[in-house]
Amino acid sequence: MNHPLLEVRIVTKYFPGVVALKQVSLTLEAGEVLALIGENGAGKSTLMKILAGIQQPDLGKLFWNGKEADIDSVEAAMELGIALIHQELNLADNLDIGSNIFLGREPRNKLGIVNRRIIREESRKVLERVGLDFDPRTSLTKLSIGQQQLVEIAKALSMNAKVLIMDEPTSSLSSKETRRLFKVVKDLKQQGVSVIYIAHRLGEVKELADRVVVFRDGQNSGELAKEEISHDRMVQLMVGRDVSQLYERTPHKPGDEILKVTDLASPAFPDAKNNFSIRAGEIVGLAGLIGAGRTELLRVLFGIDDAVSGTIEVAGKPREFEHPRDAIEAGMVLVPEDRKGQGLVIDWPLDMNGSLPGLNRHLKQKAFIDKRNEIETAERMIDDLNIKTPNRKQILQFLSGGNQQKVVLGKWLSLEPKILLLDEPTRGIDVGAKEEIYHLMDKLAAEGLAVLFVSSELEEIMGVSDRVLVMHEGKVTGELARSDLTEESIMQLATGQELATAH
Amino acid sequence: MKKLLGILGLFIVVFGFTAVQNPKFISAYNMENLLNWTGLFGILGVGAAFVIITGGIDLSIGSVVGLVGCLLPLFIMDHGVPVPLAILSVMLIAALIGLTHGLLITKLNLQPFVVTLCGLLIYRGVARFITADQTMGFGNTHGDLRKLATGKLAIPGLTEATKFDLPIPFLILFILMVVGAIFLDKTIWGRYLLALGRNEQAARYSGIKTDRLTIMSYVICSTLAGFGGIMFMLDLNSVQPSSHGSFYELYAIAAAVLGGCSLRGGEGSIIGVVIGMAVLRLLYNASNLLGIPTQLEFTIIGAVILAGAIVDEVAKRLVHRMRQAKQQR
Repeated sequence: MNHPLLEVRIVTKYFPGVVALKQVSLTLEAGEVLALIGENGAGKSTLMKILAGIQQPDLGKLFWNGKEADIDSVEAAMELGIALIHQELNLADNLDIGSNIFLGREPRNKLGIVNRRIIREESRKVLERVGLDFDPRTSLTKLSIGQQQLVEIAKALSMNAKVLIMDEPTSSLSSKETRRLFKVVKDLKQQGVSVIYIAHRLGEVKELADRVVVFRDGQNSGELAKEEISHDRMVQLMVGRDVSQLYERTPHKPGDEILKVTDLASPAFPDAKNNFSIRAGEIVGLAGLIGAGRTELLRVLFGIDDAVSGTIEVAGKPREFEHPRDAIEAGMVLVPEDRKGQGLVIDWPLDMNGSLPGLNRHLKQKAFIDKRNEIETAERMIDDLNIKTPNRKQILQFLSGGNQQKVVLGKWLSLEPKILLLDEPTRGIDVGAKEEIYHLMDKLAAEGLAVLFVSSELEEIMGVSDRVLVMHEGKVTGELARSDLTEESIMQLATGQELATAH
Repeated sequence: MKKLLGILGLFIVVFGFTAVQNPKFISAYNMENLLNWTGLFGILGVGAAFVIITGGIDLSIGSVVGLVGCLLPLFIMDHGVPVPLAILSVMLIAALIGLTHGLLITKLNLQPFVVTLCGLLIYRGVARFITADQTMGFGNTHGDLRKLATGKLAIPGLTEATKFDLPIPFLILFILMVVGAIFLDKTIWGRYLLALGRNEQAARYSGIKTDRLTIMSYVICSTLAGFGGIMFMLDLNSVQPSSHGSFYELYAIAAAVLGGCSLRGGEGSIIGVVIGMAVLRLLYNASNLLGIPTQLEFTIIGAVILAGAIVDEVAKRLVHRMRQAKQQR
């Protein structure tokens, strides 16, 4: 009889007060790439932690090659050949590649001295398997995030991993690095290694996965064979609703030009001069590859970095932004890319975060905080944006990513801005919250707000924007009207090519 | 709030224990003495708290106390500067020291530890140089001015047997504490300071001028150190340039930590710092009265702070675990 390599049979996992996994089952064949998808909190990570030995199931069993396996520790998982590649990389960037690969299990000679020669030779072999052409003595700091990830995979391979579990591996990779990772995954598959791949970008799943397993609310909600995989089917199984709602739009009537940028250059790309303008009541997408200078441009617009050259006009008036305070006073606000580091004081309660930018305005009475107004602002924000929180005193780190992002939006909207800058506004948040944020953007534009948003997800750019600016090497190289939006046209501009066809 | 109760509990326990062991402890004389020293050192602690809340540190407090302690008699006695002008000048010098620290830390991005450590060395050296290491003081003159630090306010309505006078330094500290606490908890700048200490980037991205606030906190710290320096000088009336105020920054920092400030910034209460300083002075006083060798003073203080830090961390973990359990429900 033929057994799957790995089988999860009716596993249930309780956390205090909540059932994280309800009778979940899953199989994995040797040399198979299995994509696991689901909204945040659907139980994907919990199951992966169980497979990697970090947590143990309360009910149900695990089988390895048909034999019951007791994976009660990370060591036990590694012994079988299961390795987890974390979302946040677990490497020591003060060491070189080889030392990282052999960290904690360095080959030693009789005197107890580390044998560097063996490290080098063995490291070379695994680096080759992941297609990394680096000397193992290279410092990790010289590597890009994508390359570091490959080192982590190489490390797993050096421990004879037969199953690699990857948790959202492409979330911080450029498209080129993503390509490369995919090639490595395909090569490894040829070599008989299985991969369980927790995916956030559905576009990638179709290309890479042999099979898709979908979780919803801690349960299996469906499974798709390779030929059945489609974007709509996946979203449907994940959210249990129709996709066309996701990008539902109301017609926008763009008004006067509200933001005009002339010859603006950011410190990262001092020679790239940008010229564009945005009208009230329109949503403009800012597309481009990672590292194209989009975040840098927003930082200059918001007064975090000084412009190298150029001028910014808001509602026809030239403005100089030396500090975010200046931009805020001109009616322009930024929802930054790094929600936890820049957007929020994450270990503060909701109400104190919500009031922070308004303290020197409507929440001030002389020098004192208007406590009652602060409370009302928080309560209104919770109602208006449908923030799921026990109360306004909730510490934000205990809220989901989507609800955290709503707090960032809410703190700005309480100032009634005219221009809303958003940097990757839906990164790391679940589909349900994404839908709410898209609808909010749509509603705000309909009310006359100008929205400029950076996104690396093409579907999102195409679904939400009235107009798209595409950046390449620090410069806006092209503009596309909604009717001209195709994945190809955006990618062509993003990679610095002229548009192939006139339209 | 919980931290405040913890430190208050510690105060009560040590207080009660000492009172039972040695009745002299609760004599009016000893209490007045304790309040006097708490007042003097507390002024420094309040200043240190502001800097620590921003996530910074000021190691130069003791040297500023020493420098001011030398400058004030130098101006008045040796150069005949009028008293109000002399006081104003030394306060201004202290404020400028804080401004320099703040500018170096924000505009040049130097580490607070390094900047203020250099300050510690520099101001001490300057104090010794300008006085040629001679003991400074007012001698028998300026008795009225010295009343500012040595004076006591009789509490009305008490009989001769229960007579108790409130030392002026403690009264000043009390006022300072109330103003500081209101500033930190009720004003927008206090909230800004806490935000900046917790997450400077998020504060800046919210439109808060974080550099200005950081500079302000160093100015407050050094100015209070200068003011404290005046008070100490007036109280002692005999200043050794080489040692006056040495280690006082450590008392200030220790009190802030005991009182609930986190050295990582973003956390702390002024009232806590004052109670923290009271605990430190109490420990010192108690070890005297209980016959513990004075040589062990620092050992006892260190042990108590360490124990406090351990209890605090353990309690934090328990709370965190309970909260997580509650979240998942």
